[in-house]
Amino acid sequence: MAATLPPPRMLPSGDSAITVEFSRNIDDAANQRVLALDRTLANEPIGGVTERVPTYRSLLVHYDPLTIDFDTLSAKIGALAQQPVPPATKARRWRIPVVYGGEHGIDLEDVAKTLDTTPGDIVARHVGGDYRVAMLGFTPGWSYLSGLQESLHMPRRQNPRLLTPAGTISVGGVQAGVQCLPGPSGWHLLGRTAVRTYQLRRDPTFLLEPGDRVTFFTVDDKTFAEQDRAAEAGEIVAELMDS
Amino acid sequence: MSRLVISAIGPASSVQDGGRHGAQRYGLTPSGAMDRLALAAANVLVGNAPFTAAIEIGPFGAAFTARDGAVRVALAGAPRNADIAGRAVSPDSSMALADGETLTLGFARGGSFSYLALEGGIAGEPVFGSLAVNARAGLGSPYPRPLQAGDALQAAAPSGGPERRIDLPAPVDDPIRVLMGPQDDEFGEATKLFLDSEWKISATSDRMGYRLEGPVISHLHGHNIVSDGTVNGSIQVPGNGAPIVLMPDRGTSGGYPKIATVITADHGRFAQIPAGKPFRFMAVSMAEAQGEARKFAGLLRTLPDRLRPIDNFVLNIEALHDANLAGSAVSAVDSTTWQMPSPDTLTPD
Repeated sequence: MAATLPPPRMLPSGDSAITVEFSRNIDDAANQRVLALDRTLANEPIGGVTERVPTYRSLLVHYDPLTIDFDTLSAKIGALAQQPVPPATKARRWRIPVVYGGEHGIDLEDVAKTLDTTPGDIVARHVGGDYRVAMLGFTPGWSYLSGLQESLHMPRRQNPRLLTPAGTISVGGVQAGVQCLPGPSGWHLLGRTAVRTYQLRRDPTFLLEPGDRVTFFTVDDKTFAEQDRAAEAGEIVAELMDS
Repeated sequence: MSRLVISAIGPASSVQDGGRHGAQRYGLTPSGAMDRLALAAANVLVGNAPFTAAIEIGPFGAAFTARDGAVRVALAGAPRNADIAGRAVSPDSSMALADGETLTLGFARGGSFSYLALEGGIAGEPVFGSLAVNARAGLGSPYPRPLQAGDALQAAAPSGGPERRIDLPAPVDDPIRVLMGPQDDEFGEATKLFLDSEWKISATSDRMGYRLEGPVISHLHGHNIVSDGTVNGSIQVPGNGAPIVLMPDRGTSGGYPKIATVITADHGRFAQIPAGKPFRFMAVSMAEAQGEARKFAGLLRTLPDRLRPIDNFVLNIEALHDANLAGSAVSAVDSTTWQMPSPDTLTPD
């Protein structure tokens, strides 16, 4: 019989949500358990649970306190969370085109200087990574990726920018990001993609799911412009690999 | 078809409803009304379902004009002067605007948000079941942005139903109740400072978050945590030690420790605290918070029972007690309401 895993911490986020915390750090094993619990709750729904929000290290479970109370729900989730992590169902693999540097990635040169190397080397390291969507959050479609090469880990900017472009591809701390909408960011901007991870009136509205695998490939300015027009018209542009 | 034309409106005014649920896992925040009780009250007054889309009106004045026919509306939420063509309008009541008539609203007094519901709701194209404006995500219908002068909303023909007022519990000025956590262990002694201090809401607040002014709340281990999920009412503390209470347009995740969470029953009351007015927080237990959530849901459910004919101004005994106005003079009265014969003299200004 398989040993049970250490229990997560059940932290109240107000009276209608529980933060099921597996780790306080970015931790691949913890994220795997988050995604596994998310799948379990999708397959074996608990009455009263209204939404599940996976993050790197915790699963936020929204619930209706009129249907189920904190103690009952904590006990049920706790029991499920201690079961051994089932192997992930076949993850989808996406290839996402990126135009690096220049006006599209205004921090590429600085990142290269800081890490004492060339912009080309930074691109090679970023494009060489095999990433997993650890979570989406902040604004629609903002995808946080784990799997960033250690040599690209660097602190976020001292002064976050108030506005960064749609489709920004960036790194911050130990994470890589695919941003969909324009918005504030304290991360280092390496490039842009034409891929819309979120687009209304497209099926699917949201392209990436937590747990999906992602790799990047480089495209030039001209291709980016063409892909951007196609994406605006509703094309997915990202390539879904057979796995 | 008649229309309600926005003749004038201030910032922070938009179409809102019960919110957009089910896609927080993709980073899509629910949005929705800042004060759900006031939204529900306005809707119930004109016979709509409680969380139908309505106009959320920010702290500044506004004016609405009926065009191409009459429009029936109801106003609830923050008190403010209101008149139709010079006739004063009672708070928390329904009213009909004849073709060409204008409803003029003053600044909010003692609150921030009012709700103007249209009989039959607002015509629009829902996304994830909601018309609520989320300007950052380009969502909301009929306008995916805050309302501006000149905007027009399609309105149903008035049913001709009797105008009514709604008898809501008297407002209270008690501390805002919170459940500690999820990351109160990041603060140690500072949690006591948080609970013992007087706070004010900064004027730079918005539908994403209310910034608080008060003592600096220090972290034990620095202000960067690994991002995790947020809820309405999460109180996060960034590096400068000035807490931010997350509101319906919040990011779905955040990387600052959250010291406490405003309980559901107090979300609307908190949202209505005007900038600059001192208030306090009070910690409650999970049992109390969930009990209050049930009571609040019960109040929302029974709103239709609180409708009163508008021409019989009704006082609620409970409200009088709460306001400390009634005293023993009414203690013998068994009925829950008084029918007052001369409404005009009692109508608040």
